[in-house]
Amino acid sequence: MITIKNLHASIGDKEILRGINLEVKAGEVHAIMGPNGSGKSTLSSVLAGREDYDVTEGEVTFNGKDLLELSAEDRAREGLFLAFQYPVEIPGVSNINFLRTALNEIRAYHGQEEMPAKDFLALVKEKSKLVELDSKLASRSVNEGFSGGEKKRNEIFQMAMLNPKLAILDETDSGLDIDALRIVATGVNKLKSKDNATIVITHYQRLLDYIVPDFVHILYKGRIVKSGGKELALEMEAKGYDEIKKEFEIAD
Amino acid sequence: MSLVADNKSAVTQTLLDQLQSKSSKVAFMPDAEIISAIRYLEDKGIPNNKHEDYKYCNIEAVLRKEFKSVEQAFNELTNADIAPLKIDEAINLVVVNGVYNEALSEKMIVKGLMVNSLNELSSSEKNLLCSQAKSDTDALIALNTAFTGNGLFLQVDKNNIIPMPLHVIYVNSGNANIVTNTRSFINIQANAEVTLIESFYNIGSAKVFSNFVSEKLVGENAKLTCYTFQNEGALSYSVNTNQVRINKYSNYTNNTFTLSGELVRNNHNVVLADSNCEAHLNGLFISNGTQSVDNHTLIDHQMPHCESNELYKGIAKDKSVGTFNGKIFVRKDAQKTNAYQSSKNILMSDDATINTKPQLEIYADDVKCSHGTSTGKIDTEALFYLKARGIGEESARKLLLQAFAQELIDKIEIPSLQERVLNLFEKAL
Repeated sequence: MITIKNLHASIGDKEILRGINLEVKAGEVHAIMGPNGSGKSTLSSVLAGREDYDVTEGEVTFNGKDLLELSAEDRAREGLFLAFQYPVEIPGVSNINFLRTALNEIRAYHGQEEMPAKDFLALVKEKSKLVELDSKLASRSVNEGFSGGEKKRNEIFQMAMLNPKLAILDETDSGLDIDALRIVATGVNKLKSKDNATIVITHYQRLLDYIVPDFVHILYKGRIVKSGGKELALEMEAKGYDEIKKEFEIAD
Repeated sequence: MSLVADNKSAVTQTLLDQLQSKSSKVAFMPDAEIISAIRYLEDKGIPNNKHEDYKYCNIEAVLRKEFKSVEQAFNELTNADIAPLKIDEAINLVVVNGVYNEALSEKMIVKGLMVNSLNELSSSEKNLLCSQAKSDTDALIALNTAFTGNGLFLQVDKNNIIPMPLHVIYVNSGNANIVTNTRSFINIQANAEVTLIESFYNIGSAKVFSNFVSEKLVGENAKLTCYTFQNEGALSYSVNTNQVRINKYSNYTNNTFTLSGELVRNNHNVVLADSNCEAHLNGLFISNGTQSVDNHTLIDHQMPHCESNELYKGIAKDKSVGTFNGKIFVRKDAQKTNAYQSSKNILMSDDATINTKPQLEIYADDVKCSHGTSTGKIDTEALFYLKARGIGEESARKLLLQAFAQELIDKIEIPSLQERVLNLFEKAL
């Protein structure tokens, strides 16, 4: 699905990713954990195509294509989805209009015709149930006036609508109470299939009780310093990141 | 010969000479008005960028560069020319090159509605003319007064509600440089109500300097809802002056949509002359190329318990310039005034310019007034969010700009006008 080799990225003069290697296959769930400032969000931003970062070295192959050569919109059209840590409020653009435009641009990219309005509305109805999103929110402006929980559920709703091959959930658990967390996680689990993959980026183990990963990677100072199974997340939770910090404190 | 010959500019004098030799005098305008208008013009000259109110709108330079010769080579227009400009839901009235054209206008007998040319007014009606737009306040009003065509008089008699909108099509058309001085008087008597659309077009092959003046009187407890639709094209340079006076319990609204025109200057001056009345001025423009769009508003609160609201938005592309200058006066008797003003703009290129200047002059002590202005580039976070969902750069920008303009486009309550504005707006994006 996605192969990341020796990925280096910086913002301005500051190098944040310092040689990431990761392979995610279809059907897998990977969790990336790490202390604040380890580069978790930078990794998701670089993969999604945010232009603030310079990729200085390395390569990323996504379904056989050079991901780094693609624009942000083409990455999405190829099936990459980033659930934002901080979903953006866009006053004046209705959720429905936004999603219809997105869905149809993705379809056009694949040479498909626009989805008929009736089918689209049926899909909205079906998928909004998945994350228990009030159908009224669909007609409101994108994320405007949404609560923290509603914003995150809206991200998963969009994910359900666009049906990506690879979903990257960037700190989707941040700011969620336990009920919202369960709703979001249930939504993600229902969308899981043998043909798609998920990367869960999180600071805490909590989310991983609900979205159970096949692999856990610890990111520290821009490198994956440790990988393992789901038990690694529990170990991190128990010991905290201090041990990792001591072990991998790099003399710089 | 003028008494103040030293002050007159060469540009002003050239224009006056050409217009004097090529214009015929209209019957309704008293000689005294014409003489004092010309005196004022000779004294003050056509304003340039040294004039405080025309700092970003150098009319003198436009006339010097583009209208050295004024040919007044007007085209005659036919029904076929006008048909595409009409609005189906409305009664369409036509003013061509400053002259009310009865033959091209739709004839419809509506109770309480009077439509006439300025020349054909009764003497009491004629007395209203020039009561709101005074030559000694602005050189462009003076120019219009001195050389006005036989424009339009529209009256809704007291206690009448006109069931359909009125649409005045002000169309200019020439085949060599023309200057038009179009004038209208809109008189809404007490307890009357009407919706008025004023559209501005240039359909000729020549450059037009269009100097429009409209006087509007809104009587006690009357309601006038206006739309100004400006789509005059690249050959047009226009100044549009609205002098409005509203009375007790009345409601005046204007929504201005500026979609094209090389230079568009709007002077919108509203006097809230008595208590408990309200004025709402809104505007949306999108400019590109080397266009300049300049909205000047003056809201004059003279009496207590009145309200005014202004919302102006603009999108400036390429090398275009957008200006908003909004002045609010709250006079000492105007206690309990609520006055709000907001101007928001988006710059779409590094070469585009936005000038904004809110001015509040408050002489009463128990009032609520606020103003806000913002100018910025398109929100890059929102843009990235849309792109991250598969929406292309171009459509993402359009979605965001449409969202920015939507609250103004939503104010249009006439479906085909809304569609017309939306289509042109989308094309200009």
